[in-house]
Amino acid sequence: MNIALYNNTIDSIIDKVKSSHRISEEDALILFKEADLLTLGELADEMRKRLHPDNMVTFVVDRNINYTNICINRCKFCAFYRDRDDKEAYIISEDEIYKKIQEAIDLDATQILLQGGLHPELDITYFEGLFKKIKNRFNIHLHALSPPEINYIARQAGLTIKEALIKLKAAGLDSIPGGGAEILIDRVRNLISPRKIKSAEWAEVMLEAHRLGIPTTATMMFGSIETPEDIIGHLSLIRDMQDKASGFTAFIPWSFQPGNTEIGSKRVKGHGSYFYAATGVDYLKILALSRIFLDNFKNIQASWVTQGAKLAQAALRFGANDMGSTMLEENVVAAAGVSFRISKDELIAIIKDAGFMPAQRNTVYQIMKVFN
Amino acid sequence: MSIDRLTNRPIDMPINIIEEKVYLNKRITPEEAIELFYSNDIFRLGRMASYATEKKNKKNVYFIHNRHINPTNICVNRCKFCAFSKDKGENGAYQLTLGEILEKARSAEKGVSEFHIVGGLHPDLPFEFYLEMLRALKKEFSHIHIQAFTAVEIDYFSRISALPHKETLLRLKEAGLGSLPGGGAEIFQANVRNAICEEKISGERWLEVMEAAHSIGLKSNATMLYGHIEGYEDRVAHMSSLRELQDRTGGFQAFIPLPFHPHNTRIKRRLKETTGMDDLKTLAISRIFLDNFDHIKAFWIMLGEKMAQVSLSFGVDDIDGTVVEEKITHAAGAKTSEELTKEEIINLIQKAGKVPVERDTLYNIIRMYEHEHSTV
Repeated sequence: MNIALYNNTIDSIIDKVKSSHRISEEDALILFKEADLLTLGELADEMRKRLHPDNMVTFVVDRNINYTNICINRCKFCAFYRDRDDKEAYIISEDEIYKKIQEAIDLDATQILLQGGLHPELDITYFEGLFKKIKNRFNIHLHALSPPEINYIARQAGLTIKEALIKLKAAGLDSIPGGGAEILIDRVRNLISPRKIKSAEWAEVMLEAHRLGIPTTATMMFGSIETPEDIIGHLSLIRDMQDKASGFTAFIPWSFQPGNTEIGSKRVKGHGSYFYAATGVDYLKILALSRIFLDNFKNIQASWVTQGAKLAQAALRFGANDMGSTMLEENVVAAAGVSFRISKDELIAIIKDAGFMPAQRNTVYQIMKVFN
Repeated sequence: MSIDRLTNRPIDMPINIIEEKVYLNKRITPEEAIELFYSNDIFRLGRMASYATEKKNKKNVYFIHNRHINPTNICVNRCKFCAFSKDKGENGAYQLTLGEILEKARSAEKGVSEFHIVGGLHPDLPFEFYLEMLRALKKEFSHIHIQAFTAVEIDYFSRISALPHKETLLRLKEAGLGSLPGGGAEIFQANVRNAICEEKISGERWLEVMEAAHSIGLKSNATMLYGHIEGYEDRVAHMSSLRELQDRTGGFQAFIPLPFHPHNTRIKRRLKETTGMDDLKTLAISRIFLDNFDHIKAFWIMLGEKMAQVSLSFGVDDIDGTVVEEKITHAAGAKTSEELTKEEIINLIQKAGKVPVERDTLYNIIRMYEHEHSTV
């Protein structure tokens, strides 16, 4: 491609974004490969301003409770799972779950994120019972069970996804976290998580949920073995889904954390090839591209838990309008050796410092409290 | 009237004027630099800073393969912002012998082009010890450049040896000193300095030492410790003093803004550490303001490797080196690892769209890594 033609292409894509027109997958690929960091950032920032003219940056106060780390999927990018006979394998008791929820509520939490491994003995009856008991005891939003868990629970019970979701919703499930998406391209999934549900199954759970009025988020874990085309394929799939049912509240991209994982160790040591974790620039570019491409997503979350507070703050100028959660407890990323911690006060301070108005929200993005 | 190239909006006047100056290669005033600190438009700051650095360094981003040696943490100064220093006899205080220093130097990997040596102001070690150290290192490693002793240490040596700065520096140079690092500058403004490090030499004295060093042909760097109790005005005044001296001597190579790490120190702050936005702004504004400095360095060990990489789009052209055994920042709770391999540094620079250049202390090019997949 000659230089003039190439410039026209980039310019015309920039014009599209600025005039609020949807960009194509090809446009996204050109932007991703050719646009520099500041150009992507400026476009994403402009789009964020258009969608959030109030200059507000939100966060939720919650606790991640991981009911078990026993998981039959054993994904190669995961540092959290254990086999059943491993001495670090655990299932936490219901009483312990209640205790954790009470502690979280005492710290102003409005949501519990309840997720865990695929444990063969925890069936739908267990979750229905648990959810009912949680809802009887506490006034708390239950953001629980990512698509791999719902798919597994449904299959174990011989139910369709829809039937399982109806039961879980009746028991108290309020919304579904967007985990387990990784990269929604089966070529990549077969390599990094061969036993995990495929992209169509992930999409099926989410679309059924959206049709039943259960909101969900969508995530993407980049920085393992995917190509730029895979990343855009992933974004395109969730954009199409959002066109159909509008059930995604937010998109959350984060980078693969190679510490203590099968991929991380093999790639570092094997075959003379060196495994490089995603860099800060990779993160900001992908975040900005997501903001630009996903024109039907209102909210994009920054991930301080994987990127650290400094980069997460910078992310607010690269398309993110939400800081995610305070995560009073977090276990999965910590298992990979990454342990950033942040308090609610710090979160508020860094949002203000970046020139935004901090606000605590609930799971479905209603504003609970503005911190002027 | 200039128009923002991306948003097609007219630019508000004050920044507009500053921006025009930058793109016309004119020097901006301290007042204008302060103005920039109050702007949250990091993209325009980033573009101006990128323009300024590319004018000097093209797309090059420098790194050095060096070995840090901190001979002692015993220090008579005990600055409040410092988590590294100890009193003599205090738990954790250490002092390496000449033999141990040489041992550390010998353990450096092949390909190291610089020893970077700074330490505390030790109450008992004579000036002769440092001269001896330089001679011994030079004798065994004649090809390795020694960048050592902050202006604060130089001033201390001159006091314990009762020699003027210049004479002190001449003797060190004769013994093998190649250049000076930029530490101990902190913030020059007296009110801030007295609050965070009252025992340390004044800003004027720090500048005098550097002027003396430059006058005998020793190059140096200059740092600024920010994010503690100083204001934007203090930062700009600090940079102004450096810019004035640089106009006279031309002896500074790089300016290195250092974000303050509060852990284990005696300074309390609202935030645990500087924010990412503050780091990027400070680096970008320093690049724009210090038009007579060739290089702006982001010390990745203090900034974190992710932010250091992002800063390459905000005017930074140097991300220091592969550092083995960095003790000073880690004493203050820095979470970065102590070492990035050369391969990792090259990868960070390339992923930022820049050309990695391995340099020696004086910015002579050792090797450029221009291609996407260099074998290293």
